[in-house]
Amino acid sequence: MIAIIDYGVGNLFSLKSSFSFINEEAVVTGDPQVIEQCDRIILPGVGAFGDAAEKLRNTGLDKTVKEQAAKGKPILGICLGMQLLFEKSYEYGEHEGLGLIKGAVKPIADVIPKDYKIPHIGWNALIFPKDREKSRLYKYTNEGECVYFVHSFYAADCRESVTADAEYGALLTASVENKNVYGTQFHPEKSGKVGLGILKAFCEI
Amino acid sequence: MITKRIIPCLDVKDGRVVKGVNFLGLNDVSSPVELASFYSECGADELVFYDITASAEGRSLFTGILKQAAAEIFIPLTVGGGINTVDDFDRVLKCGADKVSVNSGAIKNPSLIHEAAKKYGDQCVVLSVDVKRVDGRFTVFARGGRDNTGMDAIEWIKKCVADGAGEIVVNSIDTDGVKQGFDLEMLEAVCDVVSIPVIASGGAGCIDDFTKLFKALPKVDAGLAASIFHFGEVSIKDLKNTLKNEGINVRI
Repeated sequence: MIAIIDYGVGNLFSLKSSFSFINEEAVVTGDPQVIEQCDRIILPGVGAFGDAAEKLRNTGLDKTVKEQAAKGKPILGICLGMQLLFEKSYEYGEHEGLGLIKGAVKPIADVIPKDYKIPHIGWNALIFPKDREKSRLYKYTNEGECVYFVHSFYAADCRESVTADAEYGALLTASVENKNVYGTQFHPEKSGKVGLGILKAFCEI
Repeated sequence: MITKRIIPCLDVKDGRVVKGVNFLGLNDVSSPVELASFYSECGADELVFYDITASAEGRSLFTGILKQAAAEIFIPLTVGGGINTVDDFDRVLKCGADKVSVNSGAIKNPSLIHEAAKKYGDQCVVLSVDVKRVDGRFTVFARGGRDNTGMDAIEWIKKCVADGAGEIVVNSIDTDGVKQGFDLEMLEAVCDVVSIPVIASGGAGCIDDFTKLFKALPKVDAGLAASIFHFGEVSIKDLKNTLKNEGINVRI
């Protein structure tokens, strides 16, 4: 069973549907006891980092996620959920994240050319780093396949954790991992067959 | 590199796709879910469901269809038609829409875009605008192109972007249905003043029209069309393969 963490941020209908579609049972929940009983965790999120981090803390689910991560349970953060895994974010101020992956979340405007549009929105190709083995998350995915992005901030200072990049005038972090903690900047649940393959691979980790 | 998007639009009335279609392998050509799923298989990058129902009964049929589509199709879904309040945003987002397109609703209620963007984020709010030349000036039309608002389109678009619209669909009434190509002049005028993604709509008659669009205006992010896809005049697969061969970056 997969726990899709509900802490009052965003719409989880598509995410839940995508797991049903690949015949995996998923439950949308904000109950720590239910989360503890599940064998995998999805940390979703849309919107602003500061608000989401606060909601996660107010519900006490930040502690649950950290405890479960320490126990070695596979965790996948998606979009803002991935950004929350980092130590901090500079989205409108400075906010503390979960600190499960080293690095910080910064505006893509810092690194992309001025004539590029913000947000980075649409389908972009995955580029795998040459100096490491392909992530287990990409068991069913080939380099160059496209996934769907919508974001204005990116994970920086985390080169050692990067498992894929996307090119948008600069290389932007597309996915990261640190042991059992995984994150995708893109939305696998909106990335067609490629995305479903990534979710399936996560369920098989 | 980011790819150019191809977006089919499905007009839905009382739970059925309005324009007749005849595709090989589709049992029910007017089932929105079946047609949407077919487009997704063919490589559509996004789908737009446009609700042209007026009755409350039709509206609930529409949200039922949306739910069914979102449970089976895993690409971004945009919903438009009859979006007048933040509650309307809420209604369709809960059924699995990723983005919501506003047109006349934003004209009637000038704070709608700002309120929705604040609540759901800019990325969720798509401004759709119907534009027609009146005395040589790009003018905004409301109610599906029936009412001349007298507003200058470029000024209107700038205001909506400042209010928080995250993307914009520019539908040229002058080229719509003519099938002689997109309105490049109008689109260029819009691209010059905005820095958010621009989706071209109205006028596509053949594959070549898309090639011309993306070559002439590299700032345009996506091309939207309805009848040429529904009537099978242009297949999305052929379209994307041709664009790729022409050196335009698309998702195959």
